[in-house]
Amino acid sequence: MFDFFRDEKIAQKLAERIKRLSDGKHFKLMHVCGTHEQVIAQSGLRDLLPQNLEVISGPGCPVCCTPNSEIDLAIELALKGHLITTFGDMLRVPGSKSSLTKVRVLGGKVKVVYSIQDAIELSKEKKDLEIVHCAIGFETTAPSTAVVILNDAPSNFSIICSHRLIPPAMEALLISGECKIDGFIAPGHVSTIIGSEPYRKMAKEYNRPIVITGFEPIDILYGIFLLLKQIKEKRNNVEIEYTRAVKPEGNLMAIKKMEEVFEICDSNWRGLGNIPKSGLRLKKKFENHDAERKFNLRIEKSSDILPGCICDKILKGLNYPPDCPSFGTRCTPEDPLGACMVSSEGTCSTYFKYADEKK
Amino acid sequence: MKKNSGSQRISLAHGGGGKLMHRLIKELFQEKFANEILNELSDSAVVEFLPKNNSSLCFTTDSYVVNPLFFPGGDIGKLAICGTINDLAVVGAKPRYISCALIIEEGLEYEVLKRITESMAKIARDEDVKIVTGDTKVVEKGNLDKLFINTAGLGLRKKINLSKETIIPGDKIIVNGSIGEHGLAILAARGEFNFQAKISSDCAPLTNLIQRIINLRRSAALCGIKFMRDPTRGGLAATLNEIAGGMNFGILINEKDIPVKKEVRAACELLGFDPLYIANEGKVVVIVSGKDAEVVLKAMRQDPLGKESRIIGEVTKAPGGKVIMKTKIRGSRIIDMLVGDQLPRIC
Repeated sequence: MFDFFRDEKIAQKLAERIKRLSDGKHFKLMHVCGTHEQVIAQSGLRDLLPQNLEVISGPGCPVCCTPNSEIDLAIELALKGHLITTFGDMLRVPGSKSSLTKVRVLGGKVKVVYSIQDAIELSKEKKDLEIVHCAIGFETTAPSTAVVILNDAPSNFSIICSHRLIPPAMEALLISGECKIDGFIAPGHVSTIIGSEPYRKMAKEYNRPIVITGFEPIDILYGIFLLLKQIKEKRNNVEIEYTRAVKPEGNLMAIKKMEEVFEICDSNWRGLGNIPKSGLRLKKKFENHDAERKFNLRIEKSSDILPGCICDKILKGLNYPPDCPSFGTRCTPEDPLGACMVSSEGTCSTYFKYADEKK
Repeated sequence: MKKNSGSQRISLAHGGGGKLMHRLIKELFQEKFANEILNELSDSAVVEFLPKNNSSLCFTTDSYVVNPLFFPGGDIGKLAICGTINDLAVVGAKPRYISCALIIEEGLEYEVLKRITESMAKIARDEDVKIVTGDTKVVEKGNLDKLFINTAGLGLRKKINLSKETIIPGDKIIVNGSIGEHGLAILAARGEFNFQAKISSDCAPLTNLIQRIINLRRSAALCGIKFMRDPTRGGLAATLNEIAGGMNFGILINEKDIPVKKEVRAACELLGFDPLYIANEGKVVVIVSGKDAEVVLKAMRQDPLGKESRIIGEVTKAPGGKVIMKTKIRGSRIIDMLVGDQLPRIC
């Protein structure tokens, strides 16, 4: 199956049709997914697109969007002697004063896990310790957190809830009007959970086509083709390119579990600021698993963008990484200044790895 | 005197210079590695080994810390001997003598050490290489993870000019088979990612394959082979960057020509790895002149370890110092050295 979705001839044909449809006019399409940026860079897909067609990345990497305040909270808990579990990418994200890596060097207990289930196993093993898991990710990962909480999570287990929602962030970008976007390549895996419905109102209200797209090069090229076709035909619909995984109604079971466990709240995003109704927090009846409430700590507001870093503009799709004066000089994957250079899904890190900076 | 038995474990005394150590050397190393030079048990191995005219002595060393000690397709012992053989082989030498120093954690099962020793002995025997000197140290429990091995190797090389300086645009790049198997086999054996895969390490000695193409060069008066390197840690990507780095030529490879086994591709998709960056232990990258590439390729394919050999790309004029890959959809992307964390302790 992979071979079809990476086929050279199909790619060339799609590229040809995209070129014809775009007809020399300037268009800017945005994707909001780290995996999309990775595939685009890895496959050299931008080489196939005409110069007048821009595909820019928006706020699509959960690690990059997590504000310093939430990282500071994890650091504080680690310094108090609790065991923090996290995905590897979070380790090196610089918080306001320190990072989880630095805290670990100082003797703080920080362990990298590959799934929230690993954190649960740890909680059962180490009954004398409080385990705090950095629950991070968009709609794709929130259901697994919900399931763990519903399945009698151990009493020494809690989470820092950094789950965020993609459609409100897209809407916030449209409202701000800063970045002129002609259409959205929406992330396929988010819609395997939420379906296509949550985008419908936005597409109509702001007159922007949205295509829910998969993760192979041919998926993305076809997604771009569908967007241009809609623009040409002056339609503003939500279409599903990734039909082999996405149903319009989404995954009803997963949605139900999320609704049982979480309530929607306003949330602070790195670079984008506070976005109404864009976050998830645990409902009151699960507050004993909510680290913020359990340890009676408040997430303080923080400054998320250091001087010399343009992560905010990268996350809003206003700039490409090479536009940043620190890119590749003061800010590298070995010594990152901003979050977008840390995560393997971060736009700057992906650019650094795969793209010729002169391009 | 009681013999060492299966249930026995290595103690500090096995490295202490006393009776236990001598028994270990006699029963294990002398027995398994048996050769007249080692049997002398002198402080230095004395070998009659003078390079003749136009020959050079090649000398290499490497340490092995792989975790786990046993994995599909090999073990730390096989890896140590193959690794040292290959470091000699890729510079065009025939490996002859190897040294073997073991640092053992107190408590290691004797049986484990025996299996590893046997595995080293087998490769050495098959490859006609002698393990002629060695050392054993034992450290307290917790001061080391089970077993580390250091090997050094001596080989002889007949006159041949293998150098990056001889590479020019138009030269072809050949690899002797599918990439990424060793690193993933180790990862699967560790069980860290909860993934199981039927992937075996490609760990193998490359002397025969490489001698075959070097001899071809002599007999057919070809001057085609320019440079060779084994793409171990950092994978094919690191090796190609080492070749192009600082030079005034570039390297262009074609994604569709790079052999990757289905299992490796699937595991990489799942774990988010790129096979280009995963370690190999039985692969060699050969740079050969454009006109001789087909002859060399044909010869490589006649060797059991070269059946899947492929031309994966070529040397280009520009961009100098860089490695570029044409992707399957005919886009292009830069192939840099690995950024960030490597998988630790894979060799």
